[in-house]
Amino acid sequence: MTGDGDRRAARERARKARSRRGQAIAVISSIVVLGGLGTAILTSSGWPDVRETFFSAESFRTTFPDILRGFWLDIKMFMAVEVIVLIVGLLIAVVRTSRNPALFPIRLLAAAYCDFFRGVPVILLVYLVGFGLPALNLSGIPSDPIILACLALSLAYSAYVAEVYRAGIKSIHPSQVDAALATGLTRIQTLRHVVLPQAIRRVRPPLLNDFISLQKDVALVAMLGIAEAFRIAQIEALSSFNYTPLLAAASLYLLVTIPMARLLDRITDREEINS
Amino acid sequence: MTKNRLVLMLLAVLALALLVGCGSDDSSDDETPSVDTAVTASDCTPENLDTYKDGVLTVGTDSPAYQPYFEDEDPTNGRGFESAVAYAIAGELGFDDSEVEWAEVPFNASFAPGQKKFDFDVNQISIKPAREKAVTFSVPYYTSSQAVLVGKDSSLEDVTSLDQLKDVSIGVQIGTTSLDAVKDEIEPTTEPKVFDNSNDVVTALKQGQVDAVVLDLPTAIYLRDAQLPGSTVIGQFEAEGGDQWGAVMPKDTSIASCVDWAIESLEKSGRLEEITDKWMSESASAPKLED
Repeated sequence: MTGDGDRRAARERARKARSRRGQAIAVISSIVVLGGLGTAILTSSGWPDVRETFFSAESFRTTFPDILRGFWLDIKMFMAVEVIVLIVGLLIAVVRTSRNPALFPIRLLAAAYCDFFRGVPVILLVYLVGFGLPALNLSGIPSDPIILACLALSLAYSAYVAEVYRAGIKSIHPSQVDAALATGLTRIQTLRHVVLPQAIRRVRPPLLNDFISLQKDVALVAMLGIAEAFRIAQIEALSSFNYTPLLAAASLYLLVTIPMARLLDRITDREEINS
Repeated sequence: MTKNRLVLMLLAVLALALLVGCGSDDSSDDETPSVDTAVTASDCTPENLDTYKDGVLTVGTDSPAYQPYFEDEDPTNGRGFESAVAYAIAGELGFDDSEVEWAEVPFNASFAPGQKKFDFDVNQISIKPAREKAVTFSVPYYTSSQAVLVGKDSSLEDVTSLDQLKDVSIGVQIGTTSLDAVKDEIEPTTEPKVFDNSNDVVTALKQGQVDAVVLDLPTAIYLRDAQLPGSTVIGQFEAEGGDQWGAVMPKDTSIASCVDWAIESLEKSGRLEEITDKWMSESASAPKLED
């Protein structure tokens, strides 16, 4: 009995020592790597210039409030586009995965839509929609650049998100659909109660990933003359020949994307544990 | 494990704080004030000048190079206002035309810290005190007015004063002094829209996304004649403190005094005025807008 207890205590001690050693190594390696990196940057001959042009405290102070005001517009556009994209993307994905022969032409269109809008650079879409659409002089087309910009982003991201949803739907084994149909559910009911709930849960990480990227791409609408955070930062940067305002804007984007990335990590971790 | 990660994150935060902390400390900046000694022609020769490439004067400008500052998007042909000015400066400094090389320098890159790949850059860049922290400006080689351009059949064609533009949606180009000029002089009720380049400004005007655009006068005249048939330059006004263009040089470059001397002697000899008249002659032809 006592021999057993001793061995257990020794094992416990060994484990603790290993863990302490691990922590010490982590600390030392962090100091060496991060400290070395920091020293290399801070002692480089160009650092004073870089500090003045990228990290000027004075420039940050004077420009940050304006940039923050612009960022609120980014958030609003992002939220609006996100809602549209979640709905439109799902509709496209459902159409593309349906087997109904009557829907064939719509399936074809949906596939073409995804191919086209996923393949075209978003910046070009913003240009085409923002400057090209109003040039058509069609009645009913909005001329407000903010609405046009949201339209362009929605077009692009609906295509990405539709593909994510589609992958999720395809990952549900056909036997589940057969089983659901066998219990007497209609096809719509099967989709609504069996396929989609599982599919959407599976694709939450890639969906969030797309939203992080959408959140950054909102800055592309700057070129339509919209006074959002990035444009305001650019104006300030060019007026003073100092890049600090751009970094100030970047910090705001990070403030939103980093928590989203952590949330994504947590979901993925949980999913791994569950499976 | 979680403890380890916590320690790591703390360290990362510390390192970041260190970086930012250093960023806010401005005390160690010892700026050497450039001593303005009287420069003479004998000081400013290709042999004496410490240029980017030995024996060659490297001049930067953005691409595409727009009219009337450059012609045919080719700065090397000596045609267009800024191309002509650059070759004239080079001539004063004793460089042959063949000893002038052009570098493509995006406007955004002209003020980036670090080694620059040009001796001076001409790109309609306005001299501003805030910008002088990052680069050295030459003495001005041109003073520009701001001009208001409206589209075909615009209801604003008869505008005679800046007051009448208060409730108008105005477009400007990013990085220009026009934005400040609009805010200071017109004080519009709606925020001016700021576009990436003059092409986008023109597009926005064509499509009615803005009612009027404000640009440097020579640019406005060129756009009216070449890109926007039927449009009108309804008038010009001065930005507060004027809008003077200078050649951009690397900070504290040794050639600055010579470039200044070259521009000043071009001014004295009347050559600068000649070049200005040749390429920007129409500049005076827009009516003045009252305050």
